[in-house]
Amino acid sequence: MGEQSKGDLAVPANAAVEARGLVRRYGEGETAVEALRGVDLDVRSGELVAVMGPSGSGKSTLMHLLAGLDKPTAGTVQIAGTEITNLDDSKLTRLRREHIGFVFQFFNLLPMLDAEENVILPLSIAGEKPDKAWLDSLLGQMGLTDRRRHRPSELSGGQQQRVAIARSLVTRPTILFADEPTGNLDSKTSGEILELMRASVDAYGQTTVMVTHEARAAAIADRILFLEDGSIVKELRGASQQDVLAVMNSLGT
Amino acid sequence: MIRVALRGMLRRKLRTVLTAIAIVLGVALITGTYVLTDSIKGAFGGIFTQVYRGTDATVTGKSAFSLSNNGTTTAPPFGQSLLPKIRNLPDVADAVGGVGGNAHLILDGKVVHFGGAPNLGFSVDPKRPALNSLALVEGNWPGTNQIVIDQATGNKKDLKVGQTIGVQANGPTLQMRISGFVHFGGASSLGGATLSGFNLPTAQRLFQRIGKLDQIRAKAKPGVTPAKLADEIRTILPPHTQVRTGQAQAKSDAKDTESFLNFLQDFLLAFGGIALFVGSFVIANSLSITITQRTRELATLRTLGASRRQVRRSIVIEGFAIGTLASILGIAVGLGLGVGLFKLFDLVGFTLPNNGLVLHQRTVIVALVVGILVTVIASLRPAFRATRVPPIAAAREGSELPPGRFAKYRPIGSALLTALGFALVIYGLFAHGLGTKGVLLSMGVGTLLIFIGVSLLAARFARPLAWVLGAPASRFGGAAGALARDNARRNPQRTASTASALMIGLALVTLVAVIAAGITKSFRGAVNDLWVSGYAITAQNNFDPIPIAAGNAAARTPGVQAIANVRGGDAEILNGVHQATAVGPGGAQIFNMTWLDGGNSTVFTRLGAHGAFTDKSFAKSHNLTIGSPLTLTAPTGKSIDVKVIGIFDPPTGGSPFGVVTISDKAWDKIYDTPQNLFSFVRMKGGETDADRAALERQLKAFPNAKVQTKKEFIDNQISGLNAILNVLFVLLALSVIVSLFGIVNTLILTVFERTRELGMLRAIGMTRRQVRRMIRAESVITALMGGVIGIALGLVLGGLLAARIDFIVFALPWKQVIFFAIAAVVVGVVAAIFPARRAAKLNVLEALQYE
Ligand SMILES: Nc1ncnc2c1ncn2[C@@H]1O[C@H](COP(=O)(O)OP(=O)(O)OP(=O)(O)O)[C@@H](O)[C@H]1O
Ligand SMILES: [Mg+2]
Repeated sequence: MGEQSKGDLAVPANAAVEARGLVRRYGEGETAVEALRGVDLDVRSGELVAVMGPSGSGKSTLMHLLAGLDKPTAGTVQIAGTEITNLDDSKLTRLRREHIGFVFQFFNLLPMLDAEENVILPLSIAGEKPDKAWLDSLLGQMGLTDRRRHRPSELSGGQQQRVAIARSLVTRPTILFADEPTGNLDSKTSGEILELMRASVDAYGQTTVMVTHEARAAAIADRILFLEDGSIVKELRGASQQDVLAVMNSLGT
Repeated sequence: MIRVALRGMLRRKLRTVLTAIAIVLGVALITGTYVLTDSIKGAFGGIFTQVYRGTDATVTGKSAFSLSNNGTTTAPPFGQSLLPKIRNLPDVADAVGGVGGNAHLILDGKVVHFGGAPNLGFSVDPKRPALNSLALVEGNWPGTNQIVIDQATGNKKDLKVGQTIGVQANGPTLQMRISGFVHFGGASSLGGATLSGFNLPTAQRLFQRIGKLDQIRAKAKPGVTPAKLADEIRTILPPHTQVRTGQAQAKSDAKDTESFLNFLQDFLLAFGGIALFVGSFVIANSLSITITQRTRELATLRTLGASRRQVRRSIVIEGFAIGTLASILGIAVGLGLGVGLFKLFDLVGFTLPNNGLVLHQRTVIVALVVGILVTVIASLRPAFRATRVPPIAAAREGSELPPGRFAKYRPIGSALLTALGFALVIYGLFAHGLGTKGVLLSMGVGTLLIFIGVSLLAARFARPLAWVLGAPASRFGGAAGALARDNARRNPQRTASTASALMIGLALVTLVAVIAAGITKSFRGAVNDLWVSGYAITAQNNFDPIPIAAGNAAARTPGVQAIANVRGGDAEILNGVHQATAVGPGGAQIFNMTWLDGGNSTVFTRLGAHGAFTDKSFAKSHNLTIGSPLTLTAPTGKSIDVKVIGIFDPPTGGSPFGVVTISDKAWDKIYDTPQNLFSFVRMKGGETDADRAALERQLKAFPNAKVQTKKEFIDNQISGLNAILNVLFVLLALSVIVSLFGIVNTLILTVFERTRELGMLRAIGMTRRQVRRMIRAESVITALMGGVIGIALGLVLGGLLAARIDFIVFALPWKQVIFFAIAAVVVGVVAAIFPARRAAKLNVLEALQYE
């Protein structure tokens, strides 16, 4: 169903996201802060990109711009071939519905809905019915099959984040953004979640951009971008955990 | 701590203001009421003092017993031979005699009247202006068949000196020439009343007081005190008269107005109280929600060493500050309300005497004390809740408040409270010998307890109720509707107490509607039972008495088969003052009564000079049977001995007859200037246009008499009730508005609280419209909950009242009930406008990062 509804927007074969010359300045005059200072970025379909860097380096800012949650001071962002930086609110909302998935650091589940209801929430909002087989497979993948009827308050942090990931995948978005999805979890659970993110890329070809502080991300990411002071300063492919730690140290994380 | 509390309030400006509005409205109504009634009282007091300025002593008729307050009976007049005797007293410098009463001005065949204000007429003595009630401002004092009219009426109707105008009092209409315009006391207007003045002989003819006087005013010689003058006059007074000093008379004249104003004041204050009561719910709820949201902050304060007491105090101080602010604002708004009310009355033609707004110290004190007290009391529960915030909550995300020590007794406690409330209401209704005050107190406190109890109980059934009421939203509102229903069920206590505020208003409105429907239904039933068909003749305003001459004229209409004139007034019977009535033999063919003890309609023809019939309950309570003797004393002191010849069982809706009814002939012997309350006419054709035209032609000389069919008669008699009903609805609407602000408040606080959640929903594809729809649906569900519980409660209370009160049967005012339910939905929709807009406007990014 998700695939059909995307028919009206042309998806170029390889680039799910294209950003050019992204600048984001906060405030004006003396006190202005440049959170991003000209970032160029392409994310290919089916790729898992990890974004790393010291606190305040602009990781979240970059995610927000790519996802159309915020507007850049300069530069352009294309998602699924559509230029999003000048869309109005209702067009952006529709774009989010159809092409973008989110995973937050705080799980942001609705406490009065059970796990399954939370997962299908994006579909309900769009007025669509879930595809039963797809939902079952998704919940199975996330290890939630026997937790369908549990409320968030009855789930562990890791389980809650799995519900949130399932929720972001249920619409089969063109691209999934995750900002520190493990930031609120213990080390073991973090590892599980990271593996799940990788598994969803492998199983569904889910294009994903993820901000993380975990050196372990190296093991799962296709590509790792390092941000410092609002610029991409390094890019690693197929790096080992040691490589990642070395770069992190050099950047003072 | 105080600084922390006040700073917090400033930071939450919007919430504070919204919370305060609830109290502002209640305090404003209280202040407005005092200002309005005090101002009118002041003006009236001034007027009557002015009227009796030149008068040292007055003589008036004195009724044989103290009259009931229904106004159809006045003190009897006395012979005018007393006037020369008083003039001859050594200390009397001068004296003047006068008569007065209701006098209707008639222009183009229509009675001149403004709203329900009275139409009064007096005699004036052109040679003694100092002793007149009226002061001439234009033209001359009236000669024979001339009239002076108050200037306000003259201006409103564009009257000119020299013009002819009709006047009707106790006889047929007389045509008179306007000789001038006057003021009453110092006032140019007496609240829409029309005032007219005549010379004594003309007035005596008009009021059918030939040779009689209603009042003598005397002026003392220099150096004689009013008290001494009164003492001197007292020595020569005939029976059934009394003397007062001018000052005492002014007070006594103002007394009727004053007691009416006192009633009006209490009445309006009650509604201010209701609005404040509703406001207290709103405040308690708002503070409670704020505390939930400030759990982190309060916990942090605790970890920093604040004691429970300090936390509690900071909340109470916040309540105190809000209360003070709101009360001060309320007083200002109340002053505006007072001005507005004067303007409003003026607009509908009921100009109130107004010598400037009167703001007594008492008004300010009462308004401040009540406003602050209500707010502080309402803040107590939230304050105790706040003390339950454990310091550990500072370190935890979204921790819940631990339940209080008494939480487990809550359901049973609130059930008991509700039961106690109902018990008190039932006790008040059905217990004997409580007196009006006791009944009202018991019912008032009972109703209050019911409201508190039900609002506490409501938290328990808010979930299922919201599920049911939210079904349409969930069914047709898509995900937004479904989420709205879930949201409404999410915090049942909050939803319940928000709904409760509206519940109170709607319960009272429904109660009023049920009572009104009950009265209407039983009245309609009674008229249909008692009176087969035909025409009724009443005054234009449906309740003033009409001259006997009007009934007599109607009787001479061609085609009349029977006519029953009903006279009425106070009478002393078996040591009590009761409403007595009189009717002629025509009643036999008009009324369809249920006679007990073998009576039949010949009772009407057998009344004669010494027959009487009584109603069942009077007969029962006084052990009367056929043949029992009774003595009936009129206010004139004259009395008549009668025997009971019939006992009838009146229908639930009452009858036109008092407890004892005698023949009209006997009545006219003991009552002075008797008048009819109603005339019922039976005509050959039943109810036809020709019959009506014939009657109206015959009554042309009595423009104040109104010919009505049975249906019209019923509608007219009920119209007064409908007017009262509308006033009640308007006043109760204020409480509904207060509760509307309560819903707005809760929604806004909820939107704050769910900011991050809203951000998430928007992030995963919810449109602004869907957000608005979601908030609106939640609001409507909450409002409907208040509506449903309120209407149900109103019906139950109305049913209880109907079960107790004889002249009310239970009737479901289903049209109004549907209207109220729709009104609840509208309240929900309106309340949601602002919060929904706020929620939809949230910046997704900021919302997601909101703590
Ligand atoms: N709304 C804002 N107003 C002003 N400055 C901002 C705002 N949001 C972010 N910044 C600044 O922009 C810079 C980048 O912030 P950003 O949140 O993107 O960092 P980050 O890399 O996500 O850091 P972290 O790892 O701590 O989450 C920071 O210096 C921050 O102070
Ligand atoms: Mg960040």
